[in-house]
Amino acid sequence: MSDSFYEEPSAPGQTGWRAWLLTTDHKRIALLYLWVVLFWFLAGAAFGLTARTQLMAHGQHLLTAKAYNAVFTLHGVIMVFLFIIPGIPVILGNFLLPLQIGARDVFFPRLNLLTWYLYVAGGLLAIGSLFAKGAPDTGWTFYVPFSLSTQTGVTFTVFAVFVLGLSSMLTGLNFITTVHRLRAPGMGWLQLPLFTWSVYATAWVQLLATPIIAVTLLLIIVERVFGVGLFDPARGGDPLMYQHLFWMYSHPAVYIMILPGMGIISEIFPVFSRKSIFGYKAIVAATMGIAIIGSLVWAHHMFVSGMSDVAVLLFSFLTFLVAVPSAVKVFNWVSTMYRGSIVMSPPLLLALWFVFLFTIGGLSGLVQGAAGPNVHIHDTYWVVAHFHFVMFGGTGFAFLAGLHFWWPKLFGRMYDFKKAYLGSALLAAGFLLHYFPQFILGLQGMPRRYYTYLPELRPLNFAAGIGAYIMVAGLLLLVANLLLSLRRRRDAPGNPWDATTLEWQTSSPPPRENFLAEPRPPAYPYDFRRGG
Amino acid sequence: MENVIRQVDAAFIYIIAFSMALLLAVTAAMVYFLFRYRRDRNPEAADIRGNALLELAWTLIPTFIALSMFYFGWQSYLGLREVPRGALEVEAIAMKFSWVFKYPNGKRSEKLMVVPQGRPVKVNLSSLDVIHSFYVPAYRVKMDALKGLKTYAWFLPARTGTHKILCAEYCGSGHADMMADLRVVTPEEYEAWVGAK
Repeated sequence: MSDSFYEEPSAPGQTGWRAWLLTTDHKRIALLYLWVVLFWFLAGAAFGLTARTQLMAHGQHLLTAKAYNAVFTLHGVIMVFLFIIPGIPVILGNFLLPLQIGARDVFFPRLNLLTWYLYVAGGLLAIGSLFAKGAPDTGWTFYVPFSLSTQTGVTFTVFAVFVLGLSSMLTGLNFITTVHRLRAPGMGWLQLPLFTWSVYATAWVQLLATPIIAVTLLLIIVERVFGVGLFDPARGGDPLMYQHLFWMYSHPAVYIMILPGMGIISEIFPVFSRKSIFGYKAIVAATMGIAIIGSLVWAHHMFVSGMSDVAVLLFSFLTFLVAVPSAVKVFNWVSTMYRGSIVMSPPLLLALWFVFLFTIGGLSGLVQGAAGPNVHIHDTYWVVAHFHFVMFGGTGFAFLAGLHFWWPKLFGRMYDFKKAYLGSALLAAGFLLHYFPQFILGLQGMPRRYYTYLPELRPLNFAAGIGAYIMVAGLLLLVANLLLSLRRRRDAPGNPWDATTLEWQTSSPPPRENFLAEPRPPAYPYDFRRGG
Repeated sequence: MENVIRQVDAAFIYIIAFSMALLLAVTAAMVYFLFRYRRDRNPEAADIRGNALLELAWTLIPTFIALSMFYFGWQSYLGLREVPRGALEVEAIAMKFSWVFKYPNGKRSEKLMVVPQGRPVKVNLSSLDVIHSFYVPAYRVKMDALKGLKTYAWFLPARTGTHKILCAEYCGSGHADMMADLRVVTPEEYEAWVGAK
């Protein structure tokens, strides 16, 4: 067994921190991302927990209204732009996409490093916005004219998101090119593992949709700094135009967030069922279908905005169509287990939770897509519950499942299973106690972004707060358990789960150029007949 | 309006009922497979890679169900948009962080809207500053109030009583406190109130 990429830096001759900060190795860049993204994830969780603690009692006690507005804005901006949009692609995508297609690196290795610096710069700008003129208080949506008139440092925040968008676009460009140009000989499109397919579909959305928000955010800065009337009705601008432009990116961004997570789940079910994924081509088609139709549903965020009823009709219709490919995926995942030979493991447990929670999240979205019921629940806690079920119950659980699945590949070390099971159970139980009451609060008419509420809503808000603490305890246990494994000996085998995709053909952790021998792509990526 | 509320709630219940059934089916299948096909009961997995007929079925059937949900949702939405004739028109002006209501005879009232029982009310919305949203959970109505764009909502106050009007579009530090009372009174009480200086 030769040295891994940890022993052989990618810029030859570099040592110490230079071997990391100047690296062009996709695996080292993935790890650079891992630590920074993990930092932001925990920071975002801390802000979320603070907000929920405020809501455990009625009235102003822990936070003033102003402070609460800053806290939920920071929670949203961090979780959306610094964790969940980049998260899975830049960490697991970066590390695994080249391995899964039998490549030595991504197509543009130096561009890859640049995206990390842009990402870090975006994060620093977001921190800077706290000290500019007071923490931003617009919510992550930066709606005009509020965002134009607020005195807080929102110009900085908006610029931070612009820089993060640039990073995201370049990552998308890099992954698309890599999949087109660097597949190993013998790896056709229908031999691609489903995780690679999902990151590929995501990359297109990143590349095509991100420029819209980048330009829109620049327009906000232009209007704030130079007073040009673009969106502010007092200056002759159009606030609905802003909402259209914002959601034209931010709704496809929802699919940037969920598609890579779905890709992870599509890898985990076959491996632990010892059986081929059910309906490989259907899942590929559903993945591309979601990416395409998902780009045409943005105005379902705007049913009560004042846009025309014809637009409501059209976008409600398209929204129901986009639900179908997600349902198809769920059916295929569950059918993969049928007549399998299932072995339980922490990644599988997290994947099972994913299916349960994501299904609830997706189905609750149907209510929102329906024009009449949407009017009642729009901007209430129903919506908050819905998107946390999808984004956290979905993408968040998939991210954790993926980390547990590929951790031995990333670090060559296996973690403790018992703590992982306990952490997952706490996380899921806390999650349900935390978010389920929010559906009811929404139906009772509690709007979101309220620092307090009508007194009769206290019991459910209090219960949700308890759930939040249990959930965060589970999360910390899972992360700590993974980190503790790094103190162990590096003794995980190349293929600890007996998986079939290419990344498992090489050692754990992989050597600098990924494969010592020329990788041999299987004719079908999920053929488990060979035994094992 | 009773009718409109019923329609909106019926669309909601229709969607929820299907969703619950589907969630139950998916979860039950998942848990059953997990135990029935675990390694020690089923050491050899079958080599099944898919089934075109099943794929077709679980693409088409959900599509039809989803389209029926779309239809009921749209029908109930129309009810919320079509104002009956003879509605009482009230201007609601939103501002940071209050609501002012203007009546046809020029009467103004802040943070209190009084309407007569049994007559449809059309609320014409506008804003003096940022975007707000007029929300009455009891009547399932919500509509954004903007500067420079006229929007409206309507409801039928069928029974007397008091409801909350909330702001549903985030508008700053007073957002959660931007409430008003909606008092539904008998037509006589309304006339007395609206006529008083």
